[in-house]
Amino acid sequence: MKSLKLNRKEFTDAFARLGEKYRLFGPKRLAGRGRFSDTDLITCDFLNSIEELESEEKSYLSPKAVVFPPDETTFVFNRDEFKEPEMEDERETIVFLRPCDINGFARLDRMFLENGGQPDPYYKRRRDRIHFFMIECRSSFENCFCVAMNSNIAQNYAAAVRFGDNELLLKINDESFGSYFSGEKTDFEPKFVSEDAVSVELPPDQTMPAEIFSHAMWQEYDQRCIACGRCNTSCVTCTCFSTIDIHYPDSRGCGERRRVWDGCHLDGFTNMAGGHSFRKNKGERMRFKTLHKIYDFRKRFGFDMCVGCGRCDDVCPEYISFSSCINRLTSTLKGMKNEE
Amino acid sequence: MKNNPYRPVAARISSISMETPIEFTIRVQGQFAITPGQFFQVSLPRIGEAPISVSSYGKDFVEFTIRAVGRLTNILQELKAGQNLFIRGPYGQGFARENFQDRDLLIVAGGSGLAPVRPLIQQAINGKLDNRSLKLIVGFKNSAGILFSSQIEEWQKMCDVCLTIDQPESGWNGNTGLVTEHIRKLEIADMKNLQAVVVGPGPMMKFSTAELRLLGLPEQQIWVSFERLMSCGIGKCGHCKIDSTYVCVDGPVFNFSQAATLID
Repeated sequence: MKSLKLNRKEFTDAFARLGEKYRLFGPKRLAGRGRFSDTDLITCDFLNSIEELESEEKSYLSPKAVVFPPDETTFVFNRDEFKEPEMEDERETIVFLRPCDINGFARLDRMFLENGGQPDPYYKRRRDRIHFFMIECRSSFENCFCVAMNSNIAQNYAAAVRFGDNELLLKINDESFGSYFSGEKTDFEPKFVSEDAVSVELPPDQTMPAEIFSHAMWQEYDQRCIACGRCNTSCVTCTCFSTIDIHYPDSRGCGERRRVWDGCHLDGFTNMAGGHSFRKNKGERMRFKTLHKIYDFRKRFGFDMCVGCGRCDDVCPEYISFSSCINRLTSTLKGMKNEE
Repeated sequence: MKNNPYRPVAARISSISMETPIEFTIRVQGQFAITPGQFFQVSLPRIGEAPISVSSYGKDFVEFTIRAVGRLTNILQELKAGQNLFIRGPYGQGFARENFQDRDLLIVAGGSGLAPVRPLIQQAINGKLDNRSLKLIVGFKNSAGILFSSQIEEWQKMCDVCLTIDQPESGWNGNTGLVTEHIRKLEIADMKNLQAVVVGPGPMMKFSTAELRLLGLPEQQIWVSFERLMSCGIGKCGHCKIDSTYVCVDGPVFNFSQAATLID
């Protein structure tokens, strides 16, 4: 473990050396690609060089795609033969991300590596090849509520970086990266945000009365939510997927089985053959997601699923605020308690 | 890739037979350690994959009874003996034998819900379940929809079977009315030793369990099986989650005391 002070050039040179062995992944600015005219989109993607890293802004998408791509071929078919595809790149990947997202990966791990008792091999082979380079949050971003979700602090990182205008401070936990970086020794320790502009109060106790499931508070979302699923796709902890088979139109004996991101807000998520489905109303979907993120995941795994990154609020085209929803749920529960 | 739980095995189809105009049974060869109530992920490459419960099994075969209602199931219907079906499993928690040993067993099945409980009925009838007695209430929409009709006739010789169709029909001399009406008429001598299994469409299970509760049967003595959309069968894809429960790994068979608390 050591901490260093580097200038931009020293930092960039180190990544030039690292780039031979590692791929880079992290927040990336796509100029002019934002939702409104003349705005940029900050996505999370593979970086061609460290210069492409957007170290100052929160990304619109989470980094989960590095281990759980939006679509992934699980089998390639040649008639009745099932063949798992090789990884597109065997190299290990350095992932730049923020503390909440590091905590998000702990949630992904629970689902993909533990739930059901069998590790998911497609997730695992990507997960085993990543190293976290934590970007220190100088302050909280709009819509963040990581402090309320206990995910403002992360310790599980290979290195932590404080980006300055000309200088960077780097703490290296994983010795295997030590030889790549040279600079002046310091006693740098990353700081973590301790308050967010958005304050969120979680439900007071560990039980959820049955009345909450059919409570009128969810009906508002019947109207407001348009089931676009952006909250699901932007979420670092949403893990749901669907499996689809395709065949190639010009070679019907060949095709693929793929898994693609799915989400509890999307139409068709619970459709069964024969036409039956659950949670037809958007409000029911909002209830399902909310309780999963801050209540029932905890019952199964011991901590909340939501990490408070606030991306669902950033991306919702209907300006639905998840943090407001949690607060509303909490006050509804308190009101019910007072009536007793 | 080692230990890929998503990789199915090719299982040779030994027969395929129509049960009703839209339901058919596929028998495949293979040796599996199955508990009644479990399911497999059944697929055809380039077509798709779906969870299908086991409707019968033996030392070297498994049967799936399927309704042709979707892309995959319509194509499955066209398969022929000698072709391969791709399956992985068995998955989930089935009907645990110890819950029925030395007990009176009541099985209420509605429509295609008979398929997942058929292995349990077969075990009970063959004396492998060590239950004390067996009573079946099996309901179908109409006589054309009756599954396993010749086998039901066999069962009628060996235990108390109430086979009913929803509405009277010309030429039908048997019972009519919903299964709930027949539950209501039950005379239960030894409530303490009765275990009931209820499997069928959602509304049928809801009202059947309510009738059983009205008779005074405790929730803990009722067992149900859930059907949900699933993409993985192994607790990853999230489609079948209800509250903190994953139907694929924690179910599909649940004690009603738990099932009653699960709100989709």
